[in-house]
Amino acid sequence: MNPKRCAACKYLRRRCPKDCIFSPYFPPSDPDKFACIHRIYGAGNVSKMLQQLPVQTRAEAVESLSFEAKCRVEDPVYGCVGIISLLQTQIQKTQTLLARTQAQIAVAQAKHSQTQISEFM
Amino acid sequence: MRGHEPRSSSSCAACKLLKRRCTPTCIFAPHFRSSDQMTFAKVHKVFGASNVSKLLSEVPEEQRQETVNSLAYEADVRLKDPVYGCIGAIASLQKKMLELQHDIAVARSRLLSAAHNNAGGGGVNNNNSSNHVSSLSPLVDDSSPQLAAFLDLVPSYSDLMLLDGSGLDAYLFDIGQPPFV
Repeated sequence: MNPKRCAACKYLRRRCPKDCIFSPYFPPSDPDKFACIHRIYGAGNVSKMLQQLPVQTRAEAVESLSFEAKCRVEDPVYGCVGIISLLQTQIQKTQTLLARTQAQIAVAQAKHSQTQISEFM
Repeated sequence: MRGHEPRSSSSCAACKLLKRRCTPTCIFAPHFRSSDQMTFAKVHKVFGASNVSKLLSEVPEEQRQETVNSLAYEADVRLKDPVYGCIGAIASLQKKMLELQHDIAVARSRLLSAAHNNAGGGGVNNNNSSNHVSSLSPLVDDSSPQLAAFLDLVPSYSDLMLLDGSGLDAYLFDIGQPPFV
């Protein structure tokens, strides 16, 4: 066996060909990365997804798949969708707070204008 | 004469797509009705039926519908954005959150200034708010963020508190186009 097999081929216990689609993104030094992605998506699906992408975007695709797979392993029910929900909730709360602050500014400015008018008169 | 195997009256969307008999104990049937073929097709394309079956068998029954909902959402986003998937959505929301935090900092500074004016003082030095803005992530101004740098900003997943048991549907809304088009 080629001692320089990528992490994917090591995991799948197969020969790592020169044109292996996984090898640029799954170095043998990080076996957990492929193990996690394989557990959630499966090697076949990942291979198909990568084949359909331009070569220059594949590294980013692997990183995002790896992150999502880790999220799903940590939280099998919500995965990374839990993060999205939390962010959406936080955004809604922050928007409410912003609206309240802007209303307070309007009140303070109106008060200031009234004070100026009564001082003038 | 064929065997007397139990048949369900109608196949679920999963068994229809997989062209197999849908049994009464089918793990997919409660969550992928025959009208949900498009949903199952997307989930199957991204995750694969056997992986979904394994995932569902690992969660308690009462949480399986939520699991299916989140898998369907993730699959849908991944198919729309094959490079970044949900990470693109998270980046977009993070950027929105940073912009809002900046807006709040500016608004608070203006409120302080207005309150100070009402108390009879002069103008307030607003430098603090711009320092706060400059410490914000470069993602705010960067139209094509490096993914690795972005992932450092995503809150540690284990620190996040998840929803309090309310359904996902109540919170998720259409996040629009991914930012990295």
